[in-house]
Amino acid sequence: MADHAAHDGHKLAIFRGTLKFKSNTQKIWGVLIFLSLITIVEVALGYIKPDFLNGKIIGLKLLNWIFIILTLVKAYYITWDFMHMRDETSGLRRSVVWTSVFLIIYLMVILLVEGEYIYQVYKNAAVSFDF
Amino acid sequence: MDTTVATTGTEGQKWGGASKPLNVSYGKMMMWFFILSDALTFTGFLAAYGFSRFKFIEEWPIADEVFNHFPFLHGTDAPMFYVALMTFILIGSSVTMVLAVDAGHHMNKKKVSLYMLLTIIGGFIFVGSQAWEWKNFINGEYGAVKTKGGKILQFLDVETGKRVALNEFVKVGPRDVETYGNSEGIWYTTSGEYNATYTIEEVKKGFVDNPNVTIRTQQLIVNEETGASEKLVLSREDALIKLNKDAVGVVEGANLTENEYGAPLFADFFFFITGFHGFHVFSGVIFNLIIFFNVLLGTYERRGSYEMVEKVGLYWHFVDLVWVFVFTFFYLV
Repeated sequence: MADHAAHDGHKLAIFRGTLKFKSNTQKIWGVLIFLSLITIVEVALGYIKPDFLNGKIIGLKLLNWIFIILTLVKAYYITWDFMHMRDETSGLRRSVVWTSVFLIIYLMVILLVEGEYIYQVYKNAAVSFDF
Repeated sequence: MDTTVATTGTEGQKWGGASKPLNVSYGKMMMWFFILSDALTFTGFLAAYGFSRFKFIEEWPIADEVFNHFPFLHGTDAPMFYVALMTFILIGSSVTMVLAVDAGHHMNKKKVSLYMLLTIIGGFIFVGSQAWEWKNFINGEYGAVKTKGGKILQFLDVETGKRVALNEFVKVGPRDVETYGNSEGIWYTTSGEYNATYTIEEVKKGFVDNPNVTIRTQQLIVNEETGASEKLVLSREDALIKLNKDAVGVVEGANLTENEYGAPLFADFFFFITGFHGFHVFSGVIFNLIIFFNVLLGTYERRGSYEMVEKVGLYWHFVDLVWVFVFTFFYLV
């Protein structure tokens, strides 16, 4: 807290302290540039769809994993720097973030596994579903 | 302003609010927990979307084909560029919002009102863009044919592999309409084809007459060379058999029951999730407007704190946050 807390009580360093800003306004513009870069990378990848990213890892294409990870990175910086979660106490941070992360992963895993199972049932059933 | 605050005689004591749990004001904490619950609501919707997508993985539309319009670029294939622009608009309005919050910390009324205004304008542009996206999706582009099993058959050019619109090969025949008047009590009778642009019989005839058109089904096959999944394109002979045996209706555009791009469920989820998100954006714009007018009136100047700007700011960023996920799961993945 002590070393990178500057004026206004805002923590002004991102990327685990590697990039330090002089003021809160500067940090906001820095984060905007970073978020824009990620979005540009996402759109470029979605447009080109490189063939070498078609391999599957745990049921999803590598390209889709990249999209999801980039999305989570964006979500992190929106929450931490735009919503100032970085400056809140660890108690508030954990009660909001841990709760949502746990419940979201739980629901997603259950529903996606179930959806895939029903697809297999449709596909391999004795009755044709494509007519 | 003191007159509006009820005194309870507990001020300065623990139960009078002397200590702030988690070092945050009541309003901000409640906004955080509202956001948590709202995030879980959106999770429920997106998880249901994911479930249905995995269940109907083959007939799920290809997003690049659905959302490929850009204003003033008619007929140009511009997949995702418009939604990317919408993303930038929303992130931009998030930035002006957080700048307003920052200006509020410095008690700079002029800057707060300027940045709030920019945020509101960005919000309106975003909602308008969403309406435009809906319009394109509802109107559709090429048209398709529906089979008995509720699957979609789309038309392609045999040589180029490009999509062919119904109006490029289907001739519209006569429509049987018998008109009546006031004395009969009804306006007209028809066999039901009166409102349809094309009937299935006309599409079948047009298909037979145009040997350079074939059919793409929804079945997914993996391209051996690239590893990419593609939809199965039928040979001309198979296409003729399939069309005559299974096709039952013409689909143009998308609504809650039909979708020319693929599974109707996709349209349902698209309308519901982007609609619910658009509703959030709209209500966010209204909240921002109210706070903006309060700023102009000097309410927060007199109160000595711009924390209200911070609270609506949290909500506004949350709307941006949800869009980041909607963008990924509807347009990218």
